Amino acid sequence: MVNTKQRTGKVAGVNGNMVVVEFEGRVMQNEVAYVIVGAERLKSEVIRVRGKRAEMQVFEDTSGIKIGDHVEFTDELLSVELGPGLLGQVFDGLQNPLPRLAEKHGFFLKRGAYLDPIDDHTTWDFTPTVKAGGKVRAGDQLGTVPEKMFAHWIMVPFALSGELEVCTIAAEGKYALIDKIAQLKDGAGKTYDVSMTQTWPVKVPIKAYVKKIRPTEPLVTKIRLIDTLVPVAVGGTFCTPGPFGAGKTVLQHLLSRHTEVDVVVVAACGERAGEVVELLEEFPRLTDPRTKRSLMERTIIICNTSSMPVAARESSVYTGVTLAEYYRQMGLNVLLLADSTSRWAQAMREMSGRLEEIPGEEAFPAYLESRIAAFYERAGLVKLRNGKTGSVTIGGAVSPAGGNFEEPVTQATLKVVGAFHGLSRARADARRYPSVDPLDSWSKYTSFIEAERVRKGIAILKKSFSVNQMMKVVGEEGTSTSEFVDYLKGEFFDAVYLQQNAFDKTDESTTADRQKYVYALIEEIIDKPFEFKDKDDARKFFQELSQMFITWNSVPFRTDEFSKSEKQIRDKILSGAISK
Amino acid sequence: MQKVYSQILEIEGDVITVEAGDVGYKELAEVRTKAGVSLAQVIRLADKKVSLQVLAGSRGISTNDQVRFLKRPMQVSCSENLLGRVFTGNGVPRDNGPALTDNFIPIGGPAVNPARRIVPKNMIRTGIPMIDVFNSLVVSQKLPIFSVAGEPYNELLARIALQAEVDMIILGGMGLKYDDYLFFRDTFEEKGVLSRSILFVHTASDPTVECLLVPDMCLAVAEHFALKGKKVLVLLTDMTNFSDALKEISITMEQIPSNRGYPGDLYSQLAARYEKAVDFQGAGSITILAVTTMPGDDVTHPVPDNTGYITEGQLYLRGGHIEPFGSLSRLKQQVNGETRSDHRTIMDRMIQLFADYRGTLEKRSMGFQMSAWDKKLLKYGKRFEDELMDLSVNIPLEEALDKGWAILSDVFEPAETGIKKSLIDEYWPKEKAMK
Repeated sequence: MVNTKQRTGKVAGVNGNMVVVEFEGRVMQNEVAYVIVGAERLKSEVIRVRGKRAEMQVFEDTSGIKIGDHVEFTDELLSVELGPGLLGQVFDGLQNPLPRLAEKHGFFLKRGAYLDPIDDHTTWDFTPTVKAGGKVRAGDQLGTVPEKMFAHWIMVPFALSGELEVCTIAAEGKYALIDKIAQLKDGAGKTYDVSMTQTWPVKVPIKAYVKKIRPTEPLVTKIRLIDTLVPVAVGGTFCTPGPFGAGKTVLQHLLSRHTEVDVVVVAACGERAGEVVELLEEFPRLTDPRTKRSLMERTIIICNTSSMPVAARESSVYTGVTLAEYYRQMGLNVLLLADSTSRWAQAMREMSGRLEEIPGEEAFPAYLESRIAAFYERAGLVKLRNGKTGSVTIGGAVSPAGGNFEEPVTQATLKVVGAFHGLSRARADARRYPSVDPLDSWSKYTSFIEAERVRKGIAILKKSFSVNQMMKVVGEEGTSTSEFVDYLKGEFFDAVYLQQNAFDKTDESTTADRQKYVYALIEEIIDKPFEFKDKDDARKFFQELSQMFITWNSVPFRTDEFSKSEKQIRDKILSGAISK
Repeated sequence: MQKVYSQILEIEGDVITVEAGDVGYKELAEVRTKAGVSLAQVIRLADKKVSLQVLAGSRGISTNDQVRFLKRPMQVSCSENLLGRVFTGNGVPRDNGPALTDNFIPIGGPAVNPARRIVPKNMIRTGIPMIDVFNSLVVSQKLPIFSVAGEPYNELLARIALQAEVDMIILGGMGLKYDDYLFFRDTFEEKGVLSRSILFVHTASDPTVECLLVPDMCLAVAEHFALKGKKVLVLLTDMTNFSDALKEISITMEQIPSNRGYPGDLYSQLAARYEKAVDFQGAGSITILAVTTMPGDDVTHPVPDNTGYITEGQLYLRGGHIEPFGSLSRLKQQVNGETRSDHRTIMDRMIQLFADYRGTLEKRSMGFQMSAWDKKLLKYGKRFEDELMDLSVNIPLEEALDKGWAILSDVFEPAETGIKKSLIDEYWPKEKAMK
């Protein structure tokens, strides 16, 4: 590996995880370099160049680095390896496979220990789909290999430009990951050897598609509150800000389990390690109802927890989105969940502080907004060159300081997302889960339930809320029975439809069909003019109705028991209706 | 041959700068002054200039004092000999025992690989019903006590330490009042747990920099013993002082502050410590119980706020008792399913009824009339406060659950509790069911 043209430098300063390097010749912005400390090689990235000095963020603990230590530049941007074998894996922010690191180095994360993300010697059954002499472009399929439940596309490297001719293509058979499977020739006659793997710089979006399409189709998350009131579109973006303890992570876990997509990438960015461990423990045991296979097989976990080096935390969300884009290129629908983007923003703030940049609001760098925007813009529904579509949907958790949504990260995120799921402390304290505030939250996408019907539900919630506010002042006795019934209807809608029991096997996820079916009945109840003897009578009626509904919610859809419960509910409604 | 540097260029706050070569980042040095020898740690390298934070503080350092680099990072001696001993923040004995020099280990080591963590599943019993019943403490949990000045948080911490079923206790005191330090030491000694305890204590009058080392010292030692199979409980009080020390140093180093003067990396700094809580598969464990005092009783203050995002729940200590609302053990679900079949139901229903009681109190204070139900709730609330919530109550979990049933059955009819029939049949005290 001795390269005579290796560009090198020497350490000239250390401040936290920032190292100043004096280099010879040239240096490239965002280039990866290694600081050599004894036997350890510490991965770093150039983030600013001034004269003959480059400032680099080091992805590792910087203890022991000395002035004059050797630095090697690589001429490569921070990249990930793409290829079959990524699904079901657990990586750190730099795409090191954590389980294999553990096998090698034990309990602790050893500094400067890097491993190949996908083992070069794994073999795959390759089936070519192009013939020698064919014309291809970047991102086109050359062949497929089976990976878990998908036919994983082996594609023309995204970095190649223009039309290329297939000179040779491997015959059907077993090949190692790094074996040459094709040779391509560009217009100028230059040839390229292609294997089943390629690398791609994480901070650059993959653009090997025809065009982006406006996302309109609703993404089914099976969480009723989200799907009905504040839906997300396939290829859209959403954010979930919330104070600590409001249930952000639980909500993200539910989304990662139930959302109807092909692949889920979970980027656990600067959060508790214990939460990732829960995913690691439960996902292999859960089955995906769509494919009947383990949930882990459709999941990739990028895990850079809060005690792992900060600079790698910044790169972990980019690693996640790049992997998501890669699977999108195969015509799959991918969901990227980033928990939490605030930690990523804080990592930027730490680095910006060390660079002594002029700070913006709350010391976040001035480029915070553009970075957040650029990240969410990597979501989207795209039309591929073969006419198929693929999508990346991005959902980011935000952890606002003090639970205050006015802070810079939340505000910058709200500007660029299509749906806002604001979690409320009050709802969480009242144990109303999911604690997404139905009145404050919004979505620019449309639900699979018609808009005017959804408005009806929102109207009753608003009415109920205002009656409740009024009752706090004038008491129950100061409200009319009809207003009181509206209040009860709103509370009923919240209790039996918006709230969902994550511990109940059936209730934890509701299919689109069931949501439509149940919402229709809710609508009937909202519309129905009820008349009661007095308020206690009304309250009792709705309490009983809620109880029956909640029982109904845990009965599997379209079973005999389901119809039986429904019948009881309908009888109950009749008994309480105007006839009384 | 170790070089000695005797020209200090800058002294600012507790940070000194010398010109030196061949110095590693975070390396230790000795500063010899008239007053004695102090340790110092490298916190910035810029060309030939080396900035060091002086552990004993910079007072009395003269520009021609000698600085000698030790070619090693901060370390702590770690062996069985530590048990029963008291040290300062930089590992110097605070008691009259000898200094320890065997088996040095570095502090602030690397993070645990998440792939090697296991889902926590063992409860730590404390004998305090508000914890055992309502917010169970779990092995490998990191749980802060959010409190305000004047509350008996150190007493609570000491009590939990005395009663918790663990092999060893490591106490990290940061900015501790001298009285409080003596309180911990004497209590541990009286109750006979000092022999399985190690104390690292930085008192309010000690140099600030030492405060920063306390958590790392404690956790490095804890990690050492946990890897040897010990179940270790680490007590850290008070993490707000630790954060303030961070603030002081970062301002001295002219770092741009982010929120109320705290450095931008406060979250990462706190997380690096709290995340040391772990259950090692096939070995021991580290559980962290910390105190975070909230300036102005404001939970949105940067220290409690960042802490809340890191830890697995929190206990609010207010008005001399653990507040049932807001207090949360995020890991309790992992353990309270296997204790006794009524545990979860008692936990949920008693808290819900207590919430109703608080509502009734509010109603009463506004002058509304008390219904028969309200009167029952008032009776219930009073007994709950006296017999379960009071900090002096010291009973095992099972007894606390029985006590819960006794209170419920004294005040309510079975149907009023909303507890399902099968549990009522099993646990409702028989003599009362008769009437």
